[in-house]
Amino acid sequence: MALNMNDRVLQPTKSFQDLILTLQLYWAEQGCVVLQPYDVEVGAGTFHPATVLRALGPKPWNAAYVQPSRRPTDGRYGENPNRLQHYYQFQAVLKPSPPNIQDLYLKSLEAIGIDMSSHDIRFVEDDWESPTLGAWGLGWEVWCDGMEVSQFTYFQQVGGFDCSPVMGELTYGLERLAMYCQGVDNVYDLNFNGGEGDNRVSYGDVFLQAEQEYSRHNFEYANTDKLFQHFKDAAAECNALLEQGKGTGSHGGHGCVLPAYDQCIKASHLFNLLDARGVISVTERQSYILQVRDLAKACCTAWLETEAGGAQPVEAE
Amino acid sequence: MSELLLELFSEEIPSRMQKKAGEDLARLVTQGLKEAGLDFSDVAHYETPRRLCLIVDGIPEKSSDVREERKGPRVDAPEKALEGFLRSTGLTLEECEIHDDKKGQFYVAVIDREGRSAEHIISEVVMNVVRNFPWPKSMRWGTSRLRWVRPLHSILCVLGGKPLKFIVDGVAADNVTSGHRFLGAEQFSVNDFADYRQKLEEHKVVLDGAKRAELILKDAKALAKTEKLTLVEDAGLLAEAAGLVEWPVVMMGAFDKEFLDVPSEVLISTLKSHQKCFSVRKGKSLANKFTLVSNLETKDDGKQIIAGNERVIRARLSDAKFFWDNDLARPLDELLPKLDEIVFHAKLGTVGERVKRLESLSGLIAKQIGADEMLSKEAAKYVKADLVSETVYEAPDMQGIAGRYLALAEGKDASIATAIEEHYKPQGPTDAVPTEPVSMAVALAEKIDILTGFWAIDEKPTGSKDPFALRRAALGVIRIVLENNLRLPLKDVFQSARSEFSNDPKLLDDLLSFFADRLKVYLRDQGARHDLIDAVFSLGGQDDLVMIVKRVEALSVFLATDDGVNLLAGIKRAENILRIEEKKDKTKYASDVNEALLKMAQEKALQKAVGTVSSQVTSLIDAEDFEGAMGELAQLRRPVDAFFDGVIVNDEDADIRLNRLALLASIRDTALGIARFGKIEG
Repeated sequence: MALNMNDRVLQPTKSFQDLILTLQLYWAEQGCVVLQPYDVEVGAGTFHPATVLRALGPKPWNAAYVQPSRRPTDGRYGENPNRLQHYYQFQAVLKPSPPNIQDLYLKSLEAIGIDMSSHDIRFVEDDWESPTLGAWGLGWEVWCDGMEVSQFTYFQQVGGFDCSPVMGELTYGLERLAMYCQGVDNVYDLNFNGGEGDNRVSYGDVFLQAEQEYSRHNFEYANTDKLFQHFKDAAAECNALLEQGKGTGSHGGHGCVLPAYDQCIKASHLFNLLDARGVISVTERQSYILQVRDLAKACCTAWLETEAGGAQPVEAE
Repeated sequence: MSELLLELFSEEIPSRMQKKAGEDLARLVTQGLKEAGLDFSDVAHYETPRRLCLIVDGIPEKSSDVREERKGPRVDAPEKALEGFLRSTGLTLEECEIHDDKKGQFYVAVIDREGRSAEHIISEVVMNVVRNFPWPKSMRWGTSRLRWVRPLHSILCVLGGKPLKFIVDGVAADNVTSGHRFLGAEQFSVNDFADYRQKLEEHKVVLDGAKRAELILKDAKALAKTEKLTLVEDAGLLAEAAGLVEWPVVMMGAFDKEFLDVPSEVLISTLKSHQKCFSVRKGKSLANKFTLVSNLETKDDGKQIIAGNERVIRARLSDAKFFWDNDLARPLDELLPKLDEIVFHAKLGTVGERVKRLESLSGLIAKQIGADEMLSKEAAKYVKADLVSETVYEAPDMQGIAGRYLALAEGKDASIATAIEEHYKPQGPTDAVPTEPVSMAVALAEKIDILTGFWAIDEKPTGSKDPFALRRAALGVIRIVLENNLRLPLKDVFQSARSEFSNDPKLLDDLLSFFADRLKVYLRDQGARHDLIDAVFSLGGQDDLVMIVKRVEALSVFLATDDGVNLLAGIKRAENILRIEEKKDKTKYASDVNEALLKMAQEKALQKAVGTVSSQVTSLIDAEDFEGAMGELAQLRRPVDAFFDGVIVNDEDADIRLNRLALLASIRDTALGIARFGKIEG
C-alpha cells in the first residue's frame, strides 16, 4: 500500500525518510497523535514522556513519533555496518491496546511494502524489562524472514505502578527495517532521501561523521569528572522539582512533573555515557541504576497526581 | 455420551510454555469435571502457537444424582445446636428424618442433589480454569481484567455438536475459530473434533505439536540428504521450532564459506540461539548451509524468505567472525588481567583471585590423583580467560569451548585445551565427567573452590534455594571421583583450599556432612540401600568417597547371604545387650576379656574366633579388601549363634557377667571396623 500525498508517492522501500513518513501517515490514519522527537537525549523511544508517563493513569492515549535513541556503548567509530551509538526508533503507543492491535501492526508492515504472502512474519517471545524505569511488559520481537523488525510490548507496570488500562507499544528499529526494505547490508549505504545519482543522499552522508565524532566523545573525550557532577546535579534537581511542585498544579495536584522527568532522563543518559567511558565498576553500576529508578518512580508517582495522569481535582479548602 | 471440544485461541504463546499449558488445561478441566461429579472417558490435548486445545470424550448429559445423609444432633439436643444444624443443611426440622442408634434418637438431614447438566458444569469449569490458569507469567491487555499469557481472543467450546455459549470477562465462547494467521485467516465453525482437525488442516494449521516436530525433522533430513548433507539434530531446537509455527515449511539457505573458519560450535550456536536454524554437516565438518523452519508457503517457494534469512545470518556470522578473529589476534595472557575486573562474588573476590586459588588447588589435587602437576596448574591459569573474550561476551554458552580453540590456536598442550573446555563438567546428573587427568584435577578444583568458598561465607543451600548450584557442584565432585576411581581425602583438600577449614572444625564437618548427604542421594539413585550408607557414614571420619562406596558395596553383597543376615542379627543382639547394660551400669565396656573367667565351651570358642577374625579384619581393611573382611567376619556367625543359644550373659557372678559383656564388646569393636551394624535395617 502506498500512500498518495498530493502528486508524490512515498517510496518506503527506496528511501529512509519515506519509510518514516509512511509510518507516520499510517499511524495518523489510525488516530494517533503524531508527535515530534523528544528534545532530551534518551536511550530508547520508551523514555519519551509520551510513552512512559502516558502509560500510567486511566486516560486513553494514542501517539506515534520518531525518537533518536542514543546508546553510547554501541558506538563503533562508523566501522560496523550494523551498530550505531545514535539511531532512530519509530514508536506507536495505543492505550488501551485495541483487540486488533496485531492486525494494525501487520498492516503497517504492508504499508511500508512488506508483502505478507511472501515474507515469513513471526511473533517470537520477548519479555521486556527496564530496570531504570521500574517497568516491565510482555510481548514479542517480531521477525520478518528471521530478522527482528520490531518490539511489541503490552506494558504491565511502569515506575512500579500497574498500567490500567494497558498500553500496547510498537517499536520499529528504523535503520534495520530500512536496510531490510532497501536490501542493503551496510547501514551507511541506506538511501536517505530516495534521490538517484547526484541527488542521492546516503545515511552515511548524514551520519557517518557524527558516528565517528560521538564514538570519540563517548569512549575517549567525555570529561568524566564533569559527567559525574552532572549526574549528581540532575538527580538533585529532579528531586528538588518534585518537592517544589507538590500541590502546585492547576487542579491542585502536582505541578512540576515533566521538568522533573527531564532531569531523570538526563541522569539516565549521563549514566550511559559514564558507562561507555568505563568508569563505573560492576558494583557501582547497580547503585546508579537504582538511583535512576528511584527518580523515575518518584516522577511516575507525581504524574498520577496530575490531570493528565488521571487524578481528580483537589478541592480547594 | 458426548465429546467436548475446547479451544482457547490467543495471540502467540511462547514456544517453551505451550506443552505445559496443554497439560495444565487437561489436568484442571478434568479435575473440575471430577469435582462436579461429571464422568468422562478419554482426554487429549494439543497446542499450537495460538491455541490450546482439549478433547474430553464420553461425557454424559448430566452428573449423577447424589443423595447425602448428614448426621445431626440428638433429638433432645439444645436449641442452639439444632439451629446450627438446620442452617448448615438448609432444611426445616420437619424435613429431617429421625434415626435410632444405641445412644438414642438423632436427626438426619437427607439432601438429594439432582445431577446438573453437563453444559452447565462445563461452562462453569472452563470459566474457572480460564480465570485461574497457572501461566508462569501472565498479563492483562486493553481494559480486560482477565490475565492470560498473551491476549486471549476467543473460546471455542462444543459439546456433542452444540456450541456452549458463555462469556469469560469479555471473551465469548462459541463454535467458531480461525486458521493460520496468513494462509487461512478466515473464521469457520466446527461440529466436533474430527471436523475441527480437518478444517484446521484445510486452513493450514497442523494441530499436533508432536506431528509438527515430526514433519520438521523428516523434511529437514530429506532436504539435507538431497544435498548429500546430514542434519545436526537438536531435540531442544526442534521442540522450540515446532512451537513457533502452525504450518511448518522447511527451507535451506547458505552462507559464505569464509565463515567456516569460525569454530563450528560457535556457528551452530549462533544459528540456533539467534535464528532458530539447524546446522548441517558434510561428512564430519560443518557445511556452509543452514535449515530454517518458516510458517509460510509462498508462490516463489520461499525464495524471498530464504534470501532474507541468509542476509540476517550473514550479518550474525560476520559479527561472530569479527569477534572470533579479534580473539585469535590476542594471546590468552593478555586476557588474564581483565579477570581482575570481574567480581565473582562480593565476599569471594574477583575472578582473577579465584583463578589464583584454582591454580594452587589444581596443583595440589593433581598430586593426589596422579595428574601432571605443572600442566594442571597451567590449565587452571587459563581456564577462565575466555570469559573476557569477545566471542563469549556475545555467546555465553561458548565458555570453555572458545577457550579450548584459543588455547590450541596458540599451541598450548592439548591437555590444557581439553581442561579449559571440560573443567565445567559435569553440568548435571547426566552430563559426562572429565576423564583426562588434567581436566579432572581442574574440574575438581573449580567445584571445591566454589563449595569451600560459599561455605566459608555462610551461603549454603537452604530448602529449594540453591542460587549458586552448590548441590550440583558437590555431585560433580562425587561423580568425577567415583567414576574415575580417584583417591582424594576431601578433608585435606578442603583445608588446603581455604584456611577457614583448618581453623574451624565445625565448618569442615558441616561441608563433609553436606557431601555425605549428596553422596547418599547419588547412591540411592544408583539403587544402594540408604541404611547401608548410614551404617558406613556413622563410623565418622569418612572422607574418601571411593572407600565409602566400596564399604557399602561389600556390605550389600554380604547382607545378601545367609551368613550375613544371621551375623547381622547376632551383632545387633550384642549391641542391644551392651546398650541396655551400659546404660544400667553407666559405663562403656571395653573388649578386655579375661580368659580365666571364660567358663563355657561356647564362650571360649567365641573368644578364640573373635581373636582371629578381628586381627584378620583389621589387616584386610588396611588392604582395602572389604569383601575379604566381610568373608572373615562371616566366620563369627556360628560361634555367635552358639554363644547366644547356650550362654546367659547376665550371670549371677558379677565378674563373669562383666567378662561376658567384654566379650560382646569385642564383637562390636570387630564389626565397627567395617560399619555401624546397628544402623542397618532387618
